[in-house]
Amino acid sequence: MATLRDEIYPIRSSDDIVKVRQITREWALMQTFSLVDQTKIVTAASELARNTLEHGHGGEVRIQALQEGSRRGLRLTFVDQGPGIPDLAKALQDGFTTGNGMGLGLSGSKRLVNDFDIHSETGKGTTVMIARWK
Amino acid sequence: MERIPILKMGRFLLVTVQVDMHDRLAMTLQDDLTGRIVKDRAHGVLIDISSLEIVDSFIGRMIGNIASMARVLDAETVVVGMRPAVAITLVELGLSLPGVRTALNVDRGVELLKGCIEERAQGNGHVAG
Repeated sequence: MATLRDEIYPIRSSDDIVKVRQITREWALMQTFSLVDQTKIVTAASELARNTLEHGHGGEVRIQALQEGSRRGLRLTFVDQGPGIPDLAKALQDGFTTGNGMGLGLSGSKRLVNDFDIHSETGKGTTVMIARWK
Repeated sequence: MERIPILKMGRFLLVTVQVDMHDRLAMTLQDDLTGRIVKDRAHGVLIDISSLEIVDSFIGRMIGNIASMARVLDAETVVVGMRPAVAITLVELGLSLPGVRTALNVDRGVELLKGCIEERAQGNGHVAG
């Protein structure tokens, strides 16, 4: 698998969430994603960036443009050093929320992408990786 | 401070969201709009989201909140102009915007609002749904 581009952006404020959306859109266009695919990955990025900010108390996102054979994809890895998620299975259920949202952030994002991976350690932080392939 | 403009259109208020909404802006709109519904004695609110490239759960919740608040203030809300890709993504995300009426464009939204208001007038002021 070849990495065409690889960058890291901070998530420290609500303006950064908007920026993550814009960058994800740009990169999805660069990877010639269809409009629906662009919309899905940008929406998932927005949900996860907000999680990083609100639950992880800020962090960063690594964005990678990938190519595997003729397949092109985008991978986003959200990393925070926040309190972590004590019960991952529960956090992945629709409607489960500890904040003031609707509890669709994790479960909804998972449905919008092809690959989804999450690691969390109480007191150390959370890492969420998503990828969408065209 | 940046704000989303609210236009008065007869008995209705029209909000055209033309910028990429950050969270604070969405919260400000909620406050501004409820204030204007009361001040202008509006019977309906049209939210034009045709410029929005995405609607995530936060923006979706904000739209739902506005519709609920407007209903309590005796006004109906119609969301108009949702892009097809946004609709597809919203449903997969698991957000179905319950209680929010939608129309394809502003003209149809106005017709829908007029219909709602007439219905309510005939039903002696009972609010439907």
